[in-house]
Amino acid sequence: MIGEGTHSTNQRKHSYVQNRVEVGFFTDPSVCIGCKACEVACKEWNEVPDDGFTWTGNSYDNTGHLGASTWRHVMFLEQDRQKGNQIAGTMSLGDGEDPFRWVFLSDVCKHCEEAGCLEACPTGSIVRTETGTVFVQNDVCNGCGYCVVSCPFGVIDRRPSPLPDAGGAFKCTFCYDRQKSGLVPACAKVCPTESIVFGRLDDLRAQGQQRVHQLREAGYTDAQLYDPTDTSVRGIHAFFLLLGEPEAYGLPPKPQVPTIYLKSAWTAAFATAIASIIAALMAFAFSS
Amino acid sequence: MDAPASEERLEQLREKAWQEGVVPGRGVDVVGGPIPRKPGYYGEPVVKPPVWTWEIPLYFFFGGIAGMSAVIALAAVLFHHVDVARAAMWLAAIAGAIVSPILLIMDLGRPHLFLNMLRVFKHRSAMSMGAWILTAFGACAVPGLIALELHAHQIFPGTLDQLLSFAAGIFILGAAIFGTLLATYTGVLIGATAIPAWFLHRTLLPIHFGTAGLGSAAAVLELVGHRIAALNFLGFYAAAVETVLLIWLSVDKHGAADRAIHEHASGWLIRIGEVLNGPLAFVLRLLGLVPFAAISFLIGALVSRIGWIAVGKVSGSDPESVFAAERS
Repeated sequence: MIGEGTHSTNQRKHSYVQNRVEVGFFTDPSVCIGCKACEVACKEWNEVPDDGFTWTGNSYDNTGHLGASTWRHVMFLEQDRQKGNQIAGTMSLGDGEDPFRWVFLSDVCKHCEEAGCLEACPTGSIVRTETGTVFVQNDVCNGCGYCVVSCPFGVIDRRPSPLPDAGGAFKCTFCYDRQKSGLVPACAKVCPTESIVFGRLDDLRAQGQQRVHQLREAGYTDAQLYDPTDTSVRGIHAFFLLLGEPEAYGLPPKPQVPTIYLKSAWTAAFATAIASIIAALMAFAFSS
Repeated sequence: MDAPASEERLEQLREKAWQEGVVPGRGVDVVGGPIPRKPGYYGEPVVKPPVWTWEIPLYFFFGGIAGMSAVIALAAVLFHHVDVARAAMWLAAIAGAIVSPILLIMDLGRPHLFLNMLRVFKHRSAMSMGAWILTAFGACAVPGLIALELHAHQIFPGTLDQLLSFAAGIFILGAAIFGTLLATYTGVLIGATAIPAWFLHRTLLPIHFGTAGLGSAAAVLELVGHRIAALNFLGFYAAAVETVLLIWLSVDKHGAADRAIHEHASGWLIRIGEVLNGPLAFVLRLLGLVPFAAISFLIGALVSRIGWIAVGKVSGSDPESVFAAERS
């Protein structure tokens, strides 16, 4: 079968949900061909409605960004750098003096270890599944919109009218329904180059490290893993290999889960509460 | 900025294209054009701006008035200003138990599921805490008002009336405690998010929202005719604190990270709001123009609430604000 390597986990049945194994996505732009099969598969399988056909003019990307009705998003970067040590041919846009590269990366919900959306949700609609992924229960969500501003990656959004199921918050489900049946998420299943790999998180993390090493050896000096384990997000289940800086992919360089701001904000709130009571008591005490 | 259409202008454009390789302007941003471009991914936002509409700043405004009215009611009851206490409790009940919930429910994407807010109690979610605070406030303010009114009109005789007066005291105390939280938690709500201009000012926001609530409650009570020294004192206090916050905000700048507060229309809303409920309200009060000071404070408190939500929309849509906040 196309793209099925000898160690591929993308086409295999599994029982991660039953065995409560932490799973992940490893998305690697160095082999992505920008076909958008993941976007299509995601929309078809999850019956995500179309949210308009806009011409962004941003390279070949007319999807724009992740949102309530976009759970996979293939990015098209145009950069003035060389791709590894590839030598630009005469027909190429870039050469050694005027380098140019085109990089594709399929973006997705990061399924954070400390998830801002999950912490913020006041209805308990957003939950952690057996495989460690973050899942929105659509029938519980009342559309308060607090998860939207609590996601450090700008992933989750409220679906506007007149789309089906409007008013609720939506994002990637990590194909929880498929996983429960031992199937691989739709995007990983269809990826022809295994740029998206689905599997056990620990295996994938090792595979990611290995791939970075391999690419660096091959001259991709700016290859790095994007997995913010050193911030309050404490790592992500859907992590990426990046060529170059996270900023170029619209990824936050040091994402933080907003709950870390609670302590100082509540302290200010309590101080104000006490000060207001004292002010009111003093006002009436001295003028009575 | 653009020169009028002319042959010279076209020459100028050709020169610029030759020199710099790109000619931006008039909303034209040639994507296939030369790189490097601005940091970020085609200017796409990194975090999502709030989806909240006009109901939320209005809720912040009315919730602040309601919560702090109960605080004024408590102080008034303790020092035997029964008329002020009754007016304050009416204000607390109407603004806190009727107007605020309606505004909050209207803003939901699925208003019919509003009760799901009370499915769980999560202390790590300011939104969950807010739902519970508003519920507890309503559950104290409404019976507190009823008991106070029954007591004030001496409807029941003897022991029952004493019981009512005791109940009124307890409920008003409860309303005052939850009221201070109702007026301030909204600052925590937007302060503990991923929006740079909000989380960078997470200590200022609860102080601002709470104090604006206190000053607004006093201002409304003054405007309905309770021109007493105690409320005037609270008016001075709130305007003074807001003046300090205005200075704090203009000193505590974070460059590109919180530029939404200092630039754009959102910046003007913040400035206008803060001037109206800070220095202007203070000066008007000094001049003895109490009703004008009260109106100035109320308008300022409302405008700055609208401004803070506008700031969130601008800051959340600005990828460079996120990069700047995280790099520093």
